[in-house]
Amino acid sequence: MEAATSAINSAAASRPAIHTTMREGRPAETAAPSDLKAKLKINKLNFYYGGFQAIKNVTMDIPERKVTAFIGPSGCGKSTLLRTFNRMYALYPDQRAEGEILMDGENLVTTKQDVSLIRAKIGMVFQKPTPFPMSIYDNIAFGVRLFESMSKREMDERVEWALGRAAIWNEVKDKLSQSGQSLSGGQQQRLCIARGIAIKPEVLLLDEPCSALDPISTAKVEELIHELKTDYTVVIVTHNMQQAARVSDFTAYMYLGELIEYDVTDTIFIKPKKAATEDYITGRFG
Amino acid sequence: MGNAEHISKQFEADLDTTRTRVLQMGGLVEAQILAAIQAFSTGDAALVTQVIENDARVNGYEVAIDGAINHIVVKRQPAASDLRLIMAISKIVTDLERIGDEAEKIARMSKRIHEQGAHPAQRFPAIRHAAQIAVKMLRQSLDSFARLDVNSAAEVLKEDTAIDDEFRSVLRQLITYMMEDPRTISASLETVWVAKAIERIGDHSKNIAEQVIYIVRGTDVRHTSFEDVERELSKE
Repeated sequence: MEAATSAINSAAASRPAIHTTMREGRPAETAAPSDLKAKLKINKLNFYYGGFQAIKNVTMDIPERKVTAFIGPSGCGKSTLLRTFNRMYALYPDQRAEGEILMDGENLVTTKQDVSLIRAKIGMVFQKPTPFPMSIYDNIAFGVRLFESMSKREMDERVEWALGRAAIWNEVKDKLSQSGQSLSGGQQQRLCIARGIAIKPEVLLLDEPCSALDPISTAKVEELIHELKTDYTVVIVTHNMQQAARVSDFTAYMYLGELIEYDVTDTIFIKPKKAATEDYITGRFG
Repeated sequence: MGNAEHISKQFEADLDTTRTRVLQMGGLVEAQILAAIQAFSTGDAALVTQVIENDARVNGYEVAIDGAINHIVVKRQPAASDLRLIMAISKIVTDLERIGDEAEKIARMSKRIHEQGAHPAQRFPAIRHAAQIAVKMLRQSLDSFARLDVNSAAEVLKEDTAIDDEFRSVLRQLITYMMEDPRTISASLETVWVAKAIERIGDHSKNIAEQVIYIVRGTDVRHTSFEDVERELSKE
């Protein structure tokens, strides 16, 4: 009997562990957004396009080093909200914001800081890939040169680092001098993300980053978003609800300029608290 | 729950059809139990054959509904209450199919008991009473699914203790028979299987009721005490 037991034990010990190469699934976020350290604290934010109020009294915290997604129908104010974070609206005279967007104690709405310094901290990637009409290398180096002076070797390292981080290095490393516009749509978008992170921002804003991409490129960008949150606070606006469910830790649902519900992504997609959210994500008439 | 209809009429129709099929399957399964218990009491061989043959229809429903669910998931990527409904249906269908298997088991056992000559338990009310409770639980769990009524579902959870009590009482009676007359041991053991099958039907009905609570409230009440369920339902 004892011999049998020890035989079984030794067989168990010699059995190779089968799960060692398996990747751990992403654990679902459980803490509420308000329980975490906020990177951006938005307080009673209002935004006007001339006489039209596009954002109404939005108050929320965007947690540091997490992915926060904004969903909602067209015209609900989600892209507008994203644009207020890095003062994109400052280009247009009749657009104005009121309230607070606090980052590290500084109110981005009223700050006298140079806009380009804010944008160095809060990078943005747009719906359509917008590579500069220059080489792949210079697409990355251009922004870096504005903020830092560095040797050629340091710049080479930075370019490789950013392209590697954006998961496109292997595809472009042999053609860095070619035009950025010669790349495919998916590659261009990852190039733009690389350009965004090359200046080492703290927050990365993604406005519909995959809407012009095919499913494979989309999957690559989504994988990238997941990787990026180890270093950056990522905020993404998307029309694709499945994408929000896949990539984000927290999801905010906006409607007609108001923040309707903001919670852990799993909660929003499995058991939302508000009927309006439920109707939107299940595709019902409100 | 979203009360408004889906923008997609086809989605709405697909969900409706699937819901209806689940209820049809439930109706068939209920008829199977009633027929199997009838066969147990009377030893009607034709009824036994009918129950065994009809189990294939129950299985057919399971496969068809699972197929429909796959179709909906692939086409619609349901979320929130739709997601919960789909997940719950896929589990409810498994429970209904198992109930169908239990009914078939009762029919087969009845045949064997009858072949050994009548057993006193066949006339005994305890088994029929347990079966009545089981059928009532199944009917009410399906009813609460149809109307998405959590209070009605909670009542099903409560009934499950009653059926467990009945099962123990049947066991005690069968032990008495076996001690009094060892010639009944073989048929008594078959009867234990019938009682066990009825008890399992109660368990599966309880599972269905728990899924109804999940659909409506989004709370998983499996493996929790009845008091916890009541506390959950009194919220809001």
